[in-house]
Amino acid sequence: MILRLAVWLLLAPLLPGIITKVKAWVAGRRGPPVWQLYYDLFKLWRKGVVLSTAVSPGHVAGPAVAWVAILGAALLLPAGPALAPLAFRGDALLFVYLLALARFCTSSAALDTGSAFEGMGAAREVSYAVIGEAALITALLALSVQTHSISLTSMLAPPAAGAGAALLAAGLFGVLLAENCRVPFDDPTTHLELTMIHEAMVLDHSGPPLAAILHGASLKLLVFSVLLAQAVMPMESLSPLAAAGELGAAILLVTVGVGLVESLLARLAFRRVPLLLTTSFLLNLFALLVAWKGGRL
Amino acid sequence: MTNALNLFIGLAMGLNLLALASSRLPSVIRAAALQGMILGILPLLIENHFQWMVGVVAVGTITVKGFVIPHLLRRALRAANIDREVKPLIGFVPSLLLGASATIGAVALGGTLPLLPEHAGSLLVPGSFATVVAGFLLLMGRAKAISQVCGYLILENGIYLFGLLLINSTPLLVEAGILLDLTVAVFVIGIIMDRIQKEFDTLDTNKLTSLRE
Repeated sequence: MILRLAVWLLLAPLLPGIITKVKAWVAGRRGPPVWQLYYDLFKLWRKGVVLSTAVSPGHVAGPAVAWVAILGAALLLPAGPALAPLAFRGDALLFVYLLALARFCTSSAALDTGSAFEGMGAAREVSYAVIGEAALITALLALSVQTHSISLTSMLAPPAAGAGAALLAAGLFGVLLAENCRVPFDDPTTHLELTMIHEAMVLDHSGPPLAAILHGASLKLLVFSVLLAQAVMPMESLSPLAAAGELGAAILLVTVGVGLVESLLARLAFRRVPLLLTTSFLLNLFALLVAWKGGRL
Repeated sequence: MTNALNLFIGLAMGLNLLALASSRLPSVIRAAALQGMILGILPLLIENHFQWMVGVVAVGTITVKGFVIPHLLRRALRAANIDREVKPLIGFVPSLLLGASATIGAVALGGTLPLLPEHAGSLLVPGSFATVVAGFLLLMGRAKAISQVCGYLILENGIYLFGLLLINSTPLLVEAGILLDLTVAVFVIGIIMDRIQKEFDTLDTNKLTSLRE
């Protein structure tokens, strides 16, 4: 359990590093080292906290609670050969709620500063979450119908690849991009006030809380990559080592995919974002339809 | 066999939604053309042994729906200097949701219909219903004449999909007649578009509702 926790915590900051590296390669640059986020986190951890006079203790507590919630969600997921550290009947619901709690804490901490700008970021984040969460829940519902179970451990062991798995993969990849504020939905590197969503919310955080937010974001990316890989790829029949290798390869593939999407696509205009999110929702919905009709069609 | 068939019909159903969601006229035309070509392949999959008549129908359908009609539409687009934005009367997200719920409804409805045993497992009937509804949505929900033509094409694709149920009993002449009708219809609509363009300096069909001398 402790070992698994350590693996989740230590591996998470690697993913944004890989994405940045892929983007740099596509653009023909050398790019920052893959370990950059570790250095950043270490640097932030040693710094002090600057607080506005307007904030309540919730401003500091928000990122901490969000970080713990995402970590809790991570512990509910099975990873390759290893079963989930925490598993019980109905933990899929807790998974969704923990992610929602993390979002609530980040946005309420943003609203807490009283800055109109961060309020705007929080408003955008939660309004996109309306469709994004619906898409995630539909995907989990499809998995649940497919495997007749509401426990993540058995839900994330799909019987075989098919049309439903392809739809689910596409839909979940869309959700992953949206939930982690990646390029067609949001640009993590931008600092233009018109285009920011997530960045706008964390502007007033500094020091260790900011480190918690950054680490939480990378952890969330890892959680969604594992969810995507586990939901689509059948790995029950493989030996533990092969399954672990397959999971690692899948996560790497997802990460490189995100990097390629970011290099090749431009950020969408705001009014087009709901359309794209609805598309991922519908992809998951059709995966649900395939799962529902699967037996009889 | 049925799996490949269902895969193609599923692709055609996906193209319905693509046509409903795309905001540019060329991509709507492309979606309709691609759908026509996919449907053109289907007769070859349904028939177990190759018949030359079915082959002729397939080639004819692919040529007319995949190349001739889109070419005519693109030419009209260039000649009339239409700007490429689709003007939705029903927004993209609502029409996408309507199309998706129609698709799900069609699949649910297809399960309850008393079909022949050999059609029971295929997506032919649900796909046809979903495509017809998507065509209607495009016809009703878009203001530009070209996107209405695309809606009409998709509507016809849906009817063609339904006709595939009877492929053995429909003579070649009927198929050829339908294709000819379709081409003539697109010609006529092209001429009408040209007239609308000359008269009103726009292809927005909303302008047609105001009477004048």
